[in-house]
Amino acid sequence: MELITTPHLESPDDFYEALIETHRDLDDAESHALNARLVLLLANHIGSLDVLQQAMQAARGGVR
Amino acid sequence: MQLNELAARKGADVDYQKLVFDYTRHPDQDAAKPVRRPVVVVGAGPVGLALAIDLAQREIPVVLLDNDNTLSTGSRAICFAKRTLEIFDRLGCGDRMVDKGVSWNVGRVFFKQEQVYAFDLLPEAGHARPAFVNLQQYYVEGYLAERAAQLPLIDLRWKNTVAGVEQHDDHVTLTVETPDGPYRLEADYVAACDGGRSAMRQLIGQESKGRIFRDRFLIADVKMKYDGPAERWFWFDPVFHPNQSVLLHRQPDGVWRIDFQLGWDANPDEEKKPENIIPRVKALLAHSTMKDAEFELEWASVYTFACLRMDRFRHGRVIFAGDSAHGVSPFGARGANSGVQDAENLAWKLAGVLAGQAPDALLDTYADEREYAADENIRNSTRATDFITPKSEISRLFRDAVLELSKTQLFARTLVNSGRLSVPATLHASTLNTPDAESFAGRMVPGAAAADAPITRPDGSSGWLLRELGSGFTALVAEGAENDALARSIQDLDALEAPVKVLRVAISSNASDADLIDKDGALTQRYDLRPGSVYLFRPDQHVCARWRKPTAAQVKSAVKRALAIA
Repeated sequence: MELITTPHLESPDDFYEALIETHRDLDDAESHALNARLVLLLANHIGSLDVLQQAMQAARGGVR
Repeated sequence: MQLNELAARKGADVDYQKLVFDYTRHPDQDAAKPVRRPVVVVGAGPVGLALAIDLAQREIPVVLLDNDNTLSTGSRAICFAKRTLEIFDRLGCGDRMVDKGVSWNVGRVFFKQEQVYAFDLLPEAGHARPAFVNLQQYYVEGYLAERAAQLPLIDLRWKNTVAGVEQHDDHVTLTVETPDGPYRLEADYVAACDGGRSAMRQLIGQESKGRIFRDRFLIADVKMKYDGPAERWFWFDPVFHPNQSVLLHRQPDGVWRIDFQLGWDANPDEEKKPENIIPRVKALLAHSTMKDAEFELEWASVYTFACLRMDRFRHGRVIFAGDSAHGVSPFGARGANSGVQDAENLAWKLAGVLAGQAPDALLDTYADEREYAADENIRNSTRATDFITPKSEISRLFRDAVLELSKTQLFARTLVNSGRLSVPATLHASTLNTPDAESFAGRMVPGAAAADAPITRPDGSSGWLLRELGSGFTALVAEGAENDALARSIQDLDALEAPVKVLRVAISSNASDADLIDKDGALTQRYDLRPGSVYLFRPDQHVCARWRKPTAAQVKSAVKRALAIA
């Protein structure tokens, strides 16, 4: 399966607001830990190693 | 003492760590020109002893050189896996190991005080051996040495240190140092089983390369009356040893292995001192049901580790097996186990080449197959080590996130990695395999180590599949219409380079003249047998071919392929 990179979010602005809100009042360390947990939860939801690898590559982008 | 005195004392209370064997001058040391031997095995540890026994059982005389004259000091390797026990069965010492060892199948992983993950390594019945036994390395070496003592073809020479290696087209010449001075010895082949700091490897100018981990661990073997379960317990960040990991294993004789992660900055000399170890053990006990248990320290060691291997395990006529060829972290018990599995892969191939049944190219497949297995072991070991000892801030962040989630999220528990425990490599890509032409279900693909299963003999007695397999090739023929004729024609393949033992198995109850009956159904299920199915097993009990209804010619061709006969 191809990684979906075309618009797919039900409600982009609501999602973005919720993402930022999730981090409210956390210090940097707590926010980083939250992000790590979030990545793991979403990865399990996706399940497919192939799709996850495409996402990791896309996220890494042009970084060395 | 002499080795054969050890055989005579079998069963008596032997303190294997205190045994001292006599150096005896060998006539080879007085020979006018170097004596030629078919095989010299260097190193009488678990790997060298297993290899020597296997070769001797295959009628190959073996000279086994050891630079010392004692067995293992300290418990060292303690977890011996099912496949290794099955090899010990074939070598004639499996019962000794299992009777003395502590059998276990279950592992538990704790984060702080809470169990976050448990695994059962042998969830199904119908196997002769457990997933693991815990047994101190000195017992393993002692029982192997006892078995070696029964085999006159093994010539074990203590205090014989290899100091020089010369490779020639058709032999190797070793220079061997002894208390009486040096002598020279020739061998068709030399197996280097001389451990992680292999002198053989250095003598031929090779090295073992890989990743070194910046962490230190303390092993404390403690004798105490503690009635804990025969399970593997692993803690991440326990309250009694904060921010580090702890591993607990039960061994025979009331000895417990406790492995404390210390971190890179720990001072090994300080940590080894009893006055520093005892408070750590007391802290663990204080958080158990055995608060005031009395204990004594048996053995302690502070270690670091690396995951590494040689580029090639074969260098001309010198072949490397065990820690000399590859090294892993202890988490997963993949060190000694993979070494014994190296030995079993090498033994039948060396024997076949020396007996003229197979070309020298068969030995290249030893290197190919065991390098593949080493990569698999290193991959598993490295992954576990990266989890236990994160190497960067971000690696630690994800590790801690997994542990935190594992308290409430089932999925996260599958990511918790305290060591993926040793299972034999399935040699998928081996050139010795005949690829499947028909479809089969299950795990017994060409290249897989044979799964055990209960069987019944025609006289009604019960046994195990693996113990029925021959020392050479074995064809397992499931009952079916023309199969009697096929079984006879396989037996009659007199043009074969190696004889094939035929086992006819009845997969329903109304069998008339089968060798084995599968009353239980496990054999049929594990191998997806149907009437007419045939499996061909190599001498090391790996599947190398299978068919739904083969001809004798197909079986013959698969045997030749498995012997690397072009």
